Amino acid sequence: MSTLVFLEHDGSSIPKGALGVLSKAASLDSDSAAALVGSGVRELAPEAARFGAARVFVAEDPQLEAPLPQTRVDVLSRLVQEQGFDTVLFAASVLAADVAGGLSARLDAGLNWDLGDLVIENGELVGKRSAFGDTILVDVGWTTTPRIGLIRSGSFDPAEQSSAGEVIDVDVAIEDFSTAAALVARDQEEQAGPSIEEADILVSGGRGLGSPEAFSLLEELAAALGGAVASTRAVVDSGWYPYPTQVGQTGKVVSPKLYIGCGISGAIQHKVGMQTSQTIVSINKDPHAPIFDFSDLGVVGDLHEIVPKLTELVKARRG
Amino acid sequence: MKIAVCVKEVPDAGPARRMDPDTLRADRSGDRSLNPFDLNAIEAGLRLKDAAGDGEVVLVCMGPDRALESMRRGLGMGADRAVLITDEAAAGSDLVATSYVLARALEREGADIVLFGQQASDSDGAVLWSAVADRLRMPVISQIAEFDVADGRVIAKRQTEFGYDRISAPLPAVLAVSDAVNEPRFPSLKGIMSAKKKPQDVLSLADIGVEPDRAGTAGSRTTVSALSPPPSRGDMQKIEDDGSGAEKIMEFLLERKLV
Repeated sequence: MSTLVFLEHDGSSIPKGALGVLSKAASLDSDSAAALVGSGVRELAPEAARFGAARVFVAEDPQLEAPLPQTRVDVLSRLVQEQGFDTVLFAASVLAADVAGGLSARLDAGLNWDLGDLVIENGELVGKRSAFGDTILVDVGWTTTPRIGLIRSGSFDPAEQSSAGEVIDVDVAIEDFSTAAALVARDQEEQAGPSIEEADILVSGGRGLGSPEAFSLLEELAAALGGAVASTRAVVDSGWYPYPTQVGQTGKVVSPKLYIGCGISGAIQHKVGMQTSQTIVSINKDPHAPIFDFSDLGVVGDLHEIVPKLTELVKARRG
Repeated sequence: MKIAVCVKEVPDAGPARRMDPDTLRADRSGDRSLNPFDLNAIEAGLRLKDAAGDGEVVLVCMGPDRALESMRRGLGMGADRAVLITDEAAAGSDLVATSYVLARALEREGADIVLFGQQASDSDGAVLWSAVADRLRMPVISQIAEFDVADGRVIAKRQTEFGYDRISAPLPAVLAVSDAVNEPRFPSLKGIMSAKKKPQDVLSLADIGVEPDRAGTAGSRTTVSALSPPPSRGDMQKIEDDGSGAEKIMEFLLERKLV
């Protein structure tokens, strides 16, 4: 195996998820390499070495500064072909999914996504992927190389090790169409109030609340329980609740002692952000909501009736 | 303005979704409907056409021939035309094969905007637009929460792990919209009545110039080798609220010493 791991970064650090995938790759192939693509990213190379990269390919160019996928497809496709990598791995993210999809088409390379684990069976790389709302575990493989894999968030923890981390500069050649899309602005929202990552109890609301006003029901329950209020991407994108409260793939990954999901269907993007919660209780009108497949207690019913009653019961208990 | 919306037929949501243990593919024997996330893409296309004052919204799908029935929902919402690529040789197509077939079909259409929904509800895939854009050599913007088209450009707001990005791109472009971008309309009775009469092209791989070894299993690069039950969460209970739902939750929380 000769593996390349794409390392996403925010300009100053590499997310834990990407480092986790790198450590996993290093455990399967001690000669694993990492790719850092951007502008001013060379200083992140030692971090890659610390978590398992034998070689770090650094592609630096002002055209790579904006975190957009198509320029990264240009860089990676060339790198994979020149260096002969047979496996390219990504920690799932908005950017990584777009890069992986483009790379798959550019190289006619098979892409398996949402992988929770990677193993070698009979000398072949096999991906473990849960499907249909995690009701089934599927073994997936590749018929040709290079193979591309997108790893589900939180699957692997970074493991420190001393790797050579030899830094190798990459020549950058960008296709015309790859720079057609341009970043105009980034709005990074600041955290307000207590962080949902630190709360032991989270009361979380999705589009099933019906209106932004219904969040007040959740705020009252969270206050009674001594917890915080979280949300889903759908309600954040709709402007009902602030982005720092969002749980899921593009939000925060939380594992509180208790997670109460109200009006949340349990789409995969949300699930990856909360499935490691110790206890999950969910309330939803739709008996087929996927969240019931991973709830310790699921209640099919109207949250607008159940939540206020539960708040009163908790208050009465606490006196 | 010409808008192509890529859609997929999927098994109906609910407990029936399953993999076929013999073929190791999704079981397609049950009820089928349009991928719900595609309804947002169709709605976005219809609004673009309305805003432009003229144009055409074309639904493009690869799937079994009966997918045409599911596509009629999109026609009922107001789309003008359906193009279905159906061929036995296309069965079992993975991302590499599907993106190739769709790109060939889209080249024939020459749309100004190619729209996708945010994911397929059956495979949870969220990578097809990017592969199609690469094959078409067009700019791509995904995870779009809001967007505007003016003067031959699109400007879109999209959510990432770090907040919101605003991205601008010239047309033609490939756009993948999130399910927060709009509220899809329901087909009107008149829409449903007229859907059957709208142009519906059913094309084979040969019709769109796809070589047989570029589609289906032959054109795919990934395999499914085994199915097994997922790791269990332990005891799970699901109850119907009969008026005592709050009490039941309270008892459960007390049992687990969470209150």
